[in-house]
Amino acid sequence: MAEAIKMRATMSGDIADIQVLMNHPMETGLRKNAKTGEKIPAHFINEVTATVNGVVVLQADWSSAIAKNPYLHFKVKGPKAGDKVNVSWKDNMGETNSADAVIS
Amino acid sequence: MNLLRRYILKSASAAAALAVTTSLISGNALAARNTAAFSAKTLADALKGMDAESATESHDIIVKAPDIAENGAVVPVEVTSNIADTTNISILAEKNPNPLIASFNLSDGTLPFIATRIKMAKTSNVRAVVTAGGKLYTAVKEVKVTMGGCGG
Repeated sequence: MAEAIKMRATMSGDIADIQVLMNHPMETGLRKNAKTGEKIPAHFINEVTATVNGVVVLQADWSSAIAKNPYLHFKVKGPKAGDKVNVSWKDNMGETNSADAVIS
Repeated sequence: MNLLRRYILKSASAAAALAVTTSLISGNALAARNTAAFSAKTLADALKGMDAESATESHDIIVKAPDIAENGAVVPVEVTSNIADTTNISILAEKNPNPLIASFNLSDGTLPFIATRIKMAKTSNVRAVVTAGGKLYTAVKEVKVTMGGCGG
């Protein structure tokens, strides 16, 4: 179900610039199925954690109001090219996904 | 707001008390989701849940978002805080069914910068609340929404 997380991590000066694109419907629970009129149940990522070489650099709590297929961009000072970035998420239905990237 | 800030700054004991409460709260926020703030249905309740009702308006927070968003389902938002020791950036859309959208806890090396894309139900302010050095600061940017992105 869960598709891969796309990630790009590049050094610019001494700052690692990390951009992440996740695949997720981010259903609010407010939308209705146009044909049946039934509410589409809420289904959204509610927790995101990013680490560099295993150390947490960013921990986020989200609501369903993050846009579908979430985009996240953040910057970390200190890492070097070759360091490993991991981003993982968990949604309100207990699904999880995780991806690694090497800073270039 | 400035008067309030001056009052707090003047009163050392109040400042100390504030620092203690907010550090307790941010300690909790790191460990667990702030369910009260996330489930709040009004801006006032969300800010109350975050203990940010009296957050200081600050020009050191830059909220970048389009003036007009044609599609409320995808609104790019970028928040930069120029306040030292920023440990949390939270993003709210004031008139969404649940105003609090996201809370980002930043570690020491992480720059006080977050860019993401949010959904907005209708025209309103996008508000950033920043925790820095145990104090709360806030800034807004109005976004006009032509087509809402929260229901249907």
